[in-house]
Amino acid sequence: MPTVNLTVNGKAVSANVEARTLLVNLIREQLGLTGTHVGCDTSQCGACVVHVDGKSVKACTMLAVQANGSKVTTIEGLANGDKLHPMQEAFREHHGLQCGFCTPGMVMSAVCLAKGHPNLTEKEVREGLEGNICRCTGYHNIVQAVLAGAKAMGG
Amino acid sequence: MAPNDVGSTGIGASVRRREDRRFLTGRGTYTDDINRPNQTYAWILRSPHAHAAIKSIDTTAAKGAPGVVAVFTGAELGKFGMPCGWLVTGKNNTPMVEPKHPALAEGKVRHVGDPVAVVIAETKSQARDAAEKINVDYAPLPAIMDMKAALKGGGTPVHDAAASNLCFDWELGDKAAVGAAFTKAAHVTKLDLVNNRLVPNAMEPRAAIGDFDRATGEHTLYTTSQNPHVIRLLMGAFVLGIPEHKLRVVAPDVGGGFGSKIYHYAEEAIVTWAAKEIGRPVKWTAERSEAFISDAHGRDHITHVELAMDKDGKFLALRCETLANMGAYLSTFAPCIPTYLHGTLLAGNYATPAIHTNVKAVFTNTVPVDAYRGAGRPEATFQIERLIDKAARELKMDPAELRRRNFIKPSQFPYQTPVALVYDTGNYDATLDQVLKLSDAAGYEKRKAESKARGKLRGRGLASYIEACGIAPSNVVGSLGARAGLYEAATVRVNPTGNVTVFTGSHSHGQGHETTFAQVVSDMLGIPMDQVEISHGDTNRVPFGMGTYGSRSLAVGGTAIVKAIDKIVAKGKKIAAHMLEAAEADIEFKNGKFQVAGTDKSKAFGEIALAAYVPHKYPLDTVEPGLDETAFYDPKNFTFPAGAYVCEVEVDPETGVVEVQSFATADDFGKIVNPMIVEGQVHGGLVQGIGQALLETCVYDKDGQLQSGSYMDYTMPRADDVPSFKVAHSVTACTHNPLGVKGCGEAGAIGAPPTVINAIIDALSEFGVTHIDMPATPNRVWKAIQDAKAGRH
Ligand code: FES
Ligand code: FES
Repeated sequence: MPTVNLTVNGKAVSANVEARTLLVNLIREQLGLTGTHVGCDTSQCGACVVHVDGKSVKACTMLAVQANGSKVTTIEGLANGDKLHPMQEAFREHHGLQCGFCTPGMVMSAVCLAKGHPNLTEKEVREGLEGNICRCTGYHNIVQAVLAGAKAMGG
Repeated sequence: MAPNDVGSTGIGASVRRREDRRFLTGRGTYTDDINRPNQTYAWILRSPHAHAAIKSIDTTAAKGAPGVVAVFTGAELGKFGMPCGWLVTGKNNTPMVEPKHPALAEGKVRHVGDPVAVVIAETKSQARDAAEKINVDYAPLPAIMDMKAALKGGGTPVHDAAASNLCFDWELGDKAAVGAAFTKAAHVTKLDLVNNRLVPNAMEPRAAIGDFDRATGEHTLYTTSQNPHVIRLLMGAFVLGIPEHKLRVVAPDVGGGFGSKIYHYAEEAIVTWAAKEIGRPVKWTAERSEAFISDAHGRDHITHVELAMDKDGKFLALRCETLANMGAYLSTFAPCIPTYLHGTLLAGNYATPAIHTNVKAVFTNTVPVDAYRGAGRPEATFQIERLIDKAARELKMDPAELRRRNFIKPSQFPYQTPVALVYDTGNYDATLDQVLKLSDAAGYEKRKAESKARGKLRGRGLASYIEACGIAPSNVVGSLGARAGLYEAATVRVNPTGNVTVFTGSHSHGQGHETTFAQVVSDMLGIPMDQVEISHGDTNRVPFGMGTYGSRSLAVGGTAIVKAIDKIVAKGKKIAAHMLEAAEADIEFKNGKFQVAGTDKSKAFGEIALAAYVPHKYPLDTVEPGLDETAFYDPKNFTFPAGAYVCEVEVDPETGVVEVQSFATADDFGKIVNPMIVEGQVHGGLVQGIGQALLETCVYDKDGQLQSGSYMDYTMPRADDVPSFKVAHSVTACTHNPLGVKGCGEAGAIGAPPTVINAIIDALSEFGVTHIDMPATPNRVWKAIQDAKAGRH
């Protein structure tokens, strides 16, 4: 079995994986970071989005071995200790989540979308989140949250 | 309720949700996040055929595959039948046909996805790999797909017990009175409708873990359920024969339900049974493509409906004929959806004096159909509101005016409809006025002209709706065939130092009960919200519960909490009277204090709590120590939220693409505890409703293969498919629960489909298009325009 070495939420980790293991399975099952979710099997829903070397990636579309040597951030690594990331805080303030299942992926996508763009428009947010499905919120409050979160991040 | 010191978090405040922090930091605990020591993984082998006899199953190779612990088929698990929770009795007192629904197929498969075998292995991939080695010899049969053709019989029926595939033939209302009204009508409007089949698609796929403790003989099932006690009852008593005290069901964080997680599914029984059989925990998690062919679907009605009116547009009578698809087996509440949650709603918001409906439920070789957000009520509303819109067009009348003319007026409540329900309260003109204003009816012509200048056709649609929530009372639903009670239970446990744990039978899978219920408790007891914990979802902690569906949690579950608090306060008064040396009748409870009326003598809530657990100066001869009360609440009636919605669409006549430009809602949910959460529920419902109207549908081919079985093929609404919403409320308080609340979870999904379709028809009216089926895809819209232009309609 191949070994992968990567940095996850600032910690170096090493794991033996089957060659077919997806990054999301490594994260959830071997590293026990269950905040990253699996909502589909066709790379459509975005529940699994994490950051790989600073870019948002659907962790169900990447093999664990492809992430070898990368820096991965999952939803568990976003807050600064007890202090929520501004995007997390914006989702809370604007009721951008209900059941919470899409939320980790939604927040990770939103952070990437907002980076460098403090003045996103509603249209940009809606188009930018096209790869993340939420069945609960009807998106209205997610859009409000991302607009506010982007401002708070200040680009 | 009097405002008190906790005002900023009390009833009526948009308190930010307490559950959010764990979800936002990835620390929620969903079923698939749970792992048990020494656990195994199950993979379910499912039928690739819609209809086939099973000639033989050979599991030898699979049993020998790497990592495999066990393989089971119908030979072991076919004896367990999945129960149906509602017996509908049709015409001439004929009970519905209720065929056996085996946990694993026995001799025959009846839909693509029907479970045939389960492989249990050390890893999920090993289980999945081994399942491919199972050799099932199928003899395919023609699939029964079309409801009308199915009812003609011929060929091999889905179930031998129903030769013409009819499950029941049910009617409601006075047929003779309706017939008489139609003969004297000045105008009759008719419409044929399809209510498209939908897949609920909660984002968390279903999962289940079975665990068995040999030392205690206790089974534990972790499951993605909206109602763990119902699962314990159904699975324990009717499937596996496990007594309740040896069966614990835990529904932890659940990622959305929308009805699809109410039902008792075979996989729950399979993992529970297998865990004991193999002596190790068994975990199963659905993949999304598996969810598409194994979660109960929703809607799927074909309806013909007619409205009789007098010369002024007053409704005289309504009649409808519906075919309702049950799928291949009866899911837990399937028979009640097209009957008691659909036929009984056909009065809508209107004083129609005579109504008759006939519903034929049909078996087909498709996934079972059951409640999905709204459940029967969206189908009823779609019929009524599309029909009224068509009538208004035929009569050349303003659709708002036609509705107004026929609304049940506030002075008419309580209002007995001709289809069994008694509406307690409402004000339909108020929500209509509110939504017309909110949607800027006055500026419409200008917007239409602007759209036209851009080559687009603008349309404006209106619909009203009524919903019946908190299905009850138990004795009435029992007489209608329900095999369960429909009450709710709650325990309010005051701990010695004055904080409170509430155990509720309601279950939150996105609704925010941990916040809303805590607001109610904090407000009533006058203690800070952070002193209140809400516990739910575990049958070993919560006394009992019927769970969350049908927008019942606050109206029924919340009332059970209120009743338990009433008992706490009553006992507190006794204790306070003793401590304050006053008469019990003189003690008032306000703002967290037990006070002797008219004096400044009082005891704080926390002091009474402590006295109850440290009963030194205490009326021990008349009052027990402790402060822990349970209440069961069985509602006297349904609650009846209602409202009116307006949407504007733009249609591109060249491509048929429909864009929802604006959507405004005015709902009457009764009193509101947390407006922020309520608005979120409306938004979510609206998008599911818009999804039904424009994007979503199940497509089966003639052989019963589900063509729309993944997110590549089934169009889920995404952020760029929908607009932002304008939502407003008006309030008539429910008359029969102490909070005055009605329920808000399903409104959007009920009201949105006819609103959107009415808007599209309005946009296309210049071509003479009078109807379009859902989903109104670009192809359908474009074709409707071309057909109309060519005079083909
Ligand atoms: S799990 Fe759905 S996109 Fe990755
Ligand atoms: S909050 Fe439930 S899927 Fe988005």
